[in-house]
Amino acid sequence: MSDAHHHPTEPSPVERRVQALEELLVEKGMVTPDFIDVVVETMSNDFGPMNGAKVVARAWVDPHYKARLLADGTPAIAELGFGGPEGDHIVVVENTPDVHNVVVCTLCSCYPWPVLGLPPNWYKSPPYRARMVREPRALLAEMGCPVPDAVEIRVWDSSAEIRYLVLPERPAGTDGASEDELAALVTRDAMIGVARP
Amino acid sequence: MFAIAGGALGAGGFNTPMFRHAIERMDPGHYLTSGYYEHWLTAVATLLVEGGFVTRDELDARAGPFPLSLPAAVSAADVDGGPPVSMPRFEVGDPVRVRDEGFAGHTRCPRYVRGRRGRVVAVEPVAPAPELEAHAAEKVDEAVYAVRFESTELWGDEGGEQCCVHVDLYEHYLEPTGEAP
Repeated sequence: MSDAHHHPTEPSPVERRVQALEELLVEKGMVTPDFIDVVVETMSNDFGPMNGAKVVARAWVDPHYKARLLADGTPAIAELGFGGPEGDHIVVVENTPDVHNVVVCTLCSCYPWPVLGLPPNWYKSPPYRARMVREPRALLAEMGCPVPDAVEIRVWDSSAEIRYLVLPERPAGTDGASEDELAALVTRDAMIGVARP
Repeated sequence: MFAIAGGALGAGGFNTPMFRHAIERMDPGHYLTSGYYEHWLTAVATLLVEGGFVTRDELDARAGPFPLSLPAAVSAADVDGGPPVSMPRFEVGDPVRVRDEGFAGHTRCPRYVRGRRGRVVAVEPVAPAPELEAHAAEKVDEAVYAVRFESTELWGDEGGEQCCVHVDLYEHYLEPTGEAP
């Protein structure tokens, strides 16, 4: 496609502001380009829902691990090598046939980075943050995760230092699945509590 | 923007509550019409200007008008420096009521639970009181609880049955109450 027109787009006003700030910080020696590269690499390579999925799959296959995880999430998650910023106090809440848990941060967008990475945009949006505490059953249904009236919904608003991770129910019909196969079924949204695996 | 914020906040000696408060101080119209990382950008630039690390002119010269957050409505002297309570006063199962007190600065007490009654379901690790950290740069540990509120207590009949919200609350947001639903 050598003849394809390429229209370089003008940076938006916000992009210009980000660039201005970054340049000033580097010029003044407050931030180095290396630092920025390392942070971006860590967040994109080391943190993400693939970590949380391994935690969930282990809990599904190992009842002793599950007991440790529910009793004290942070050290049990560290057993699998995961931890770091926004992961110092992780509490794992278990979905059962009678209880459905879902996580929100009404004040900002607190989220367990080491096991889920950075939050999706909808998690940070004012409508999600307002509606999940006010009408969770309606919002979950809209998001494709209807919860029957008889099932209790427990919303966790991470307003202080605890970060919450939902342990979804193991799907039926997965008795013969390996731990890796199970981990592949666990989605980010299931660990927030807005979907089922 | 994520990495820039991390580097700038660290180098400038700003803590997370200061950063959150700088977002909360954004002009409401700007806050609601801008994206998540524009909030971060605005807050970081605001703190850097207030701290004397960069000037507003330097920002404007490179990026055109660079909107910043509004000045803080309270100062360190306005933060209630009551004795910090790191020994938890409440136990699991205790009924509590959230004090119905407003604060014009940074707080981690969501408005929708103010004046509402709930029950302590967990005593959490102590954590620095956000008000003191944001406004006085002081880290003073305080007891924190997970409190369960029934949706009907929060929203009346709209709340729906079989539904509850847990909120993590610092000791000084709470007072004892006789009963809680």
